[in-house]
Amino acid sequence: MPDAPVLEVRGLTVEYLTDAGPVRAVERFDLDILPGEFVGVVGESGCGKSTMLFGIAQLLSPPARVSEGSVRFRGHDLVTMTDRQLATTRWRDLSVVMQSAMNALNPVAQLGDQFADAMRAHGERSRATIRQRAEEVLALVGIDLVHLKSYPHQLSGGMRQRAMIAMALLFNPDLVIMDEPTSALDVVAQRSLMLQVKQLQQQLGFAVLFVTHDMSLVSHFSDRLVVMYAAKAVEIGSTKEIFANPGHPYTEGLLDAFPSIRGPRLPLTGIPGSPPNLLHPPVGCRFAPRCPKRFEMCDVEPPFYDAGTSRAACHLHALADKKVVQ
Amino acid sequence: MRYLLRRLAFFVLTLWAAMTVNFALPRLMPGDPASAMMARFHGRVNPEAIHALEVAFGVDTHQSLWAQYGSYLGNTATGNFGISLTYFPLPVSTEIAQALPWTLGLIGVATVMAFLAGTFIGTVSGWRRGGVVDSVVPPVFVVTSALPYFWVGMVLILLFSVMTNGLLPNDGAYDITMTPSLTPAFIGNVVQHAILPAATILITSIGGWILTMRNNMVTVLAEDYVRMGRAKGLSNRRIMYQYAARNALLPNLTGFAMSLGFVVSGAILVEYVFNYPGLGYMLLNAVNNLDYPLMQALFLMITVAVLVAVLLCDFVTALLDPRTRGA
Repeated sequence: MPDAPVLEVRGLTVEYLTDAGPVRAVERFDLDILPGEFVGVVGESGCGKSTMLFGIAQLLSPPARVSEGSVRFRGHDLVTMTDRQLATTRWRDLSVVMQSAMNALNPVAQLGDQFADAMRAHGERSRATIRQRAEEVLALVGIDLVHLKSYPHQLSGGMRQRAMIAMALLFNPDLVIMDEPTSALDVVAQRSLMLQVKQLQQQLGFAVLFVTHDMSLVSHFSDRLVVMYAAKAVEIGSTKEIFANPGHPYTEGLLDAFPSIRGPRLPLTGIPGSPPNLLHPPVGCRFAPRCPKRFEMCDVEPPFYDAGTSRAACHLHALADKKVVQ
Repeated sequence: MRYLLRRLAFFVLTLWAAMTVNFALPRLMPGDPASAMMARFHGRVNPEAIHALEVAFGVDTHQSLWAQYGSYLGNTATGNFGISLTYFPLPVSTEIAQALPWTLGLIGVATVMAFLAGTFIGTVSGWRRGGVVDSVVPPVFVVTSALPYFWVGMVLILLFSVMTNGLLPNDGAYDITMTPSLTPAFIGNVVQHAILPAATILITSIGGWILTMRNNMVTVLAEDYVRMGRAKGLSNRRIMYQYAARNALLPNLTGFAMSLGFVVSGAILVEYVFNYPGLGYMLLNAVNNLDYPLMQALFLMITVAVLVAVLLCDFVTALLDPRTRGA
């Protein structure tokens, strides 16, 4: 029997309360993450992927709130936890790396102090231990120890992002949630950072939930892939298989929007149209209005079909007599 | 360190410019203190006396402008501002030395209190955005800060002095029947006299601090590092003060420095309404009596006070915001 999942998300729904009524930015989202697994989440800007992450980490701020669903982390539901219970689990077992390293560090505190306050918040009192651990994690990401005394503005973007990752590893967490940690970096820095994350992950064994809009980035690093469109997951499966054989027309569209380096030169097609307004989402399949393969069944909301190597929410698989799962 | 030196150099330069303008302005105006003095005595002064006055006031027009400028700079540096016309023949510096402590004590303390209380209330209401404090306090104080100083002062006098049979004194800095001393009775009397004018300043100036601090808090709370603080499992208290308020305070420091600088000019209207013997009241008298030496000294003091306050603010900013240090 495989290990129990470290994270089980069931039916997670996040709503933004707006003047025009509640907008569902994440709708009935399911996800399991096994210990040590690297799960990538891709989708266009505004598809709800970052909201989903913060919904899992319970870091939403009003007007966003989790309206339904559960997030079981190591067996306990984070959604129903009190702030105090959350505070003990946070960082020790579940840490977060934010999108913009520029703004995720407190600009008026030295790096070392920002490491220390996290450790003190979890009961570590000894200055020597704090200092030693801070030095260990900085060494892990290859940042010179003098920077414990540095302020965030004195570091480059790449260094700040690595410092964030170092901070996320202070307690050897079971799961690190990363919200587009590389989007502010150039491609070279992106790659070296990702290699480092991957290496640390193999070394320390934490699981990663990684959100990005960059398909080529996840293709190299993630074990499993979740494709999101208009607040919903549309395809879930092994990254390799999805790249080789996408089960959803939206995934196909995303893949066609990126050039292949070694393959034949093909014109990039991209996806026509724009994502729907989530205040009034389309009835049935949300991708149907932009889908080149739509047909009559698309007026009904598609369930997940077993598309062989992945699970995909597209009625095309019904035509191929694939089974509905879950 | 280079930052501080640069600020210091800038301070000296501005000070010199201000002193020069202060020197030039009266000399560009028609008339001079000596003729004004003569007018006060209805011309019953002989020419020798006028010359003596001119020398006393430092407006000896027989000297070259450069020589006058030189002696002006020297006199200013040594605190010799000449003789007051209003309080003739007392030196201006003596007059100012008498009024300064009252203004610093009343307006200074009230300004600092307004800043501290306003910042705290703004922090809390920004943190609990949409809560009870946030829905009641800022709107109320926005209204009170739009009221004119003197009107609030008069209403307070009406409520707490006239209609309550002199519950609180409304005139002067202390009971004139008492001899100034450091006894508890006299200090208590001074505090009693300060309550109404201080309340006037608090009521009218706290709203600005509450509103700006609240808005800064709301902006800062949306920053990623605040969310990061939550993700790290820090206590709300620590996030509120060390992460949010600590950063939200920075833009308000400059405004606070400016208002500290203007303490010296006194809240003229407040001091006038309460007959408070401070610099604001003195400035008003000086203008009414065409007391050029006193005016000149007061203007210079106001300028210097603002400059010193801004310099201090630069130092404090450097202390609180590491980003300004490297520049």
